[in-house]
Amino acid sequence: MIENREDLIKSQEAATREFSSYDCRILVCSGTGCIATGSQKIYDEFLKIVKDTPGIRLDFAPHDEATHMGVKKTGCQGVCELGPLVRVQKGDKTVQYTKVKVSDCKEIFERSVLGDDVVESLLYTQKGVKYKSPEEIPFIAKQTRIVLENCGKYDAESFDEYLASGGFSAFRKALFEMTPAEVVDEVDKSGLRGRGGGGFPAGRKWKQVARQPEKERYVVCNGDEGDPGAFMDGSVMEGDPYKLIEGMMIAGYAVGSQNGYIYVRAEYPMSVARLRHAIAELEKRHMLGDNILGTDFSFHMHINRGAGAFVCGEGSALTASIEGNRGMPRVKPPRTVEKGLWAKPTVLNNVETYANVPKIILKGSDWYRTIGTEGTPGTKTFSLTGSIQNTGLIEVPMGTTLREIIFDIGGGMKDDGVFKAVQIGGPSGGCLTEQHLDVPLDFESIKKFGAIIGSGGLVVMDSHTCMVEVARFFMSFTQRESCGKCVPCREGTKRMLEILEKIVAGKGELSDLDKLEELAEMVKSMALCGLGKSAPLPVLSTLKLFRDEYEEHITEKKCKAKVCTAMRRFIINPEYCKGCGKCAKNCPVGAITGVRKECYHIDPEICIKCEACKDNCAFDAIYIEA
Amino acid sequence: MLDQSYYDKADEIIAFYGKKQASLIPIMQDIQGVYRYLPGELLTYVAEQIGITEAKAYSVATFYENFSFEAKGKYIIKVCDGTACHVRKSTPILEAFQKELGLSAKKHTTDDMMFTVETVSCLGACGLAPTVMVNEEVHPRMTPEKVLELIHELRGDSDD
Repeated sequence: MIENREDLIKSQEAATREFSSYDCRILVCSGTGCIATGSQKIYDEFLKIVKDTPGIRLDFAPHDEATHMGVKKTGCQGVCELGPLVRVQKGDKTVQYTKVKVSDCKEIFERSVLGDDVVESLLYTQKGVKYKSPEEIPFIAKQTRIVLENCGKYDAESFDEYLASGGFSAFRKALFEMTPAEVVDEVDKSGLRGRGGGGFPAGRKWKQVARQPEKERYVVCNGDEGDPGAFMDGSVMEGDPYKLIEGMMIAGYAVGSQNGYIYVRAEYPMSVARLRHAIAELEKRHMLGDNILGTDFSFHMHINRGAGAFVCGEGSALTASIEGNRGMPRVKPPRTVEKGLWAKPTVLNNVETYANVPKIILKGSDWYRTIGTEGTPGTKTFSLTGSIQNTGLIEVPMGTTLREIIFDIGGGMKDDGVFKAVQIGGPSGGCLTEQHLDVPLDFESIKKFGAIIGSGGLVVMDSHTCMVEVARFFMSFTQRESCGKCVPCREGTKRMLEILEKIVAGKGELSDLDKLEELAEMVKSMALCGLGKSAPLPVLSTLKLFRDEYEEHITEKKCKAKVCTAMRRFIINPEYCKGCGKCAKNCPVGAITGVRKECYHIDPEICIKCEACKDNCAFDAIYIEA
Repeated sequence: MLDQSYYDKADEIIAFYGKKQASLIPIMQDIQGVYRYLPGELLTYVAEQIGITEAKAYSVATFYENFSFEAKGKYIIKVCDGTACHVRKSTPILEAFQKELGLSAKKHTTDDMMFTVETVSCLGACGLAPTVMVNEEVHPRMTPEKVLELIHELRGDSDD
């Protein structure tokens, strides 16, 4: 039990003592990505090996001579593509291993844990260079980690390890050395802006809630990371759950709220499990509940699981969902800060925003302002995916350019592909191309180009991506997820999708593009909520940057990227065709004719583009012409 | 008519969350967690117990994609069609599942109640695209060939 300030300080000291007594720590990445590639088995194997080795202790005994070793499950170590990831840490020296198999564990243990050698074959390699320490790997070296600081270093589930990382020092400082108004002020001065997409100043939100006459107030965290291609918030929830909770507790103290709610996406079972575990650990120690640390401050945490509605990422829809209603947005004002959850004043921020708070309180707003840009201080996490060498989770200062992100951190294009565009901000965002590579990314800078930072999904696309199809993909997503409350979004997205489907099917007309643009502008200006207002952005952005591709689809019935099925033409190369007749036999619609031992022919009018001929040709004689 | 055990289970879940409207969604989630679907009669019962109208309960249940009034298979396979997975060709993965299991865009569950195939917008493991989730386990870097292996493995699994 931690009943007062002294208890907390003592616990922190004890945790730090235990942490520094480790001779060696084996850190197994337990993010969703690495769990998927089998890191649980790696963890079990290391645990077994350590237990079977005499002279090693797993638990802490202050005056024992035995080697003190830790096998820990950490949050995301970053390079998800190369999982399962394992780090071996001895003092300030850490070695990063990639693509670890169960059969590698013994070798790692013998050479790297017991000995001081490294297993070369499992090191991270880029452009022929092998990197030992994670800090040296360009992917990690070029990042600035505040929100993700603990991920990959500490046991994500352990309260004591969080304390050892400096956890709850910020909460302690806020509670005992600052008034609520001072906390709000500090956050306000830091210039912290909501990381969920809107970029609204968090401090201003807190201020507005703090001055409401109604005393019953709520702190709500938006963990409904619905954008396809984004997994930053999920990684924070599962990788450093205590940090998010600490941020919310500080917010609760600052605005005078006794209840915090985290709304987590249904598709993140691990985030739910880790948060629940963390809350239980805190309640057990009386770090959550009534009169925390013997003060007047009481705070209770609740977890709500989403149920598969993207629109619940919108503030008023999210609170409606917590209340047990259909998750539909409502007309504003009144705003959430005045009438949010159960019509009470509510601070609603996303996961990353809260996760920034402890550091701001601890190190001060002046320090925070030294990172990032003037208008948008701090860092931003991005999930970097698509046709890129290093996919994974990154955190960079605001103002970093796309070129640095894609080519320095991301290691450039995959399979020597040619960079075409990056889709930023998911279904509410737009595309940026070659000409935007050197624009410093922050909330304002890229708005000019019709894109938004959004929550931080970055999907890199190469010449094999058809931009019309991408626009159709996002439109089909937003159309499906439209809640149906307002007409512009419900009907507008449907009509826009129909037009896009028509173009992709090779039946488009040039006048469709004007119609599409008109509809897009209409939905953008008239929809009720952020989801609807931003739904046309992928279309508008691709129309602006890749209008030639749209036109090509319409006038020439051609898809350069060879993606749109309707526009693919299957051709038999007479040089390779042996006239075996296998393709004709395989063709389900009888589109292929010919004479044995002579080159066969595919009738494009009959062909349904099923690829059965191409897949089964023994001589690779069939190719696709765009 | 549902077996009495369903109502007993519902009572247990209702008692855990409390009789209030805010409990509706968690209660439905837990019921679905147990039975893999939301039996209509049970929803009516829950509505009555927590003091909301049947219409209200149905309006909420039908709004969210996760709730299903139809029974689902033992293995619920969610093929991710998020941006990263889509760009890395998730459509052939979905088609491979549907073809192998005789399912389609309209028919989601096999007759033997073993498999349900659905799509999902993002599983949050984009670095390993394309991905598939079976119940709560994520499978990375899928290919149409791995689909066949996975189905085979799951079928073998269920023998014991």
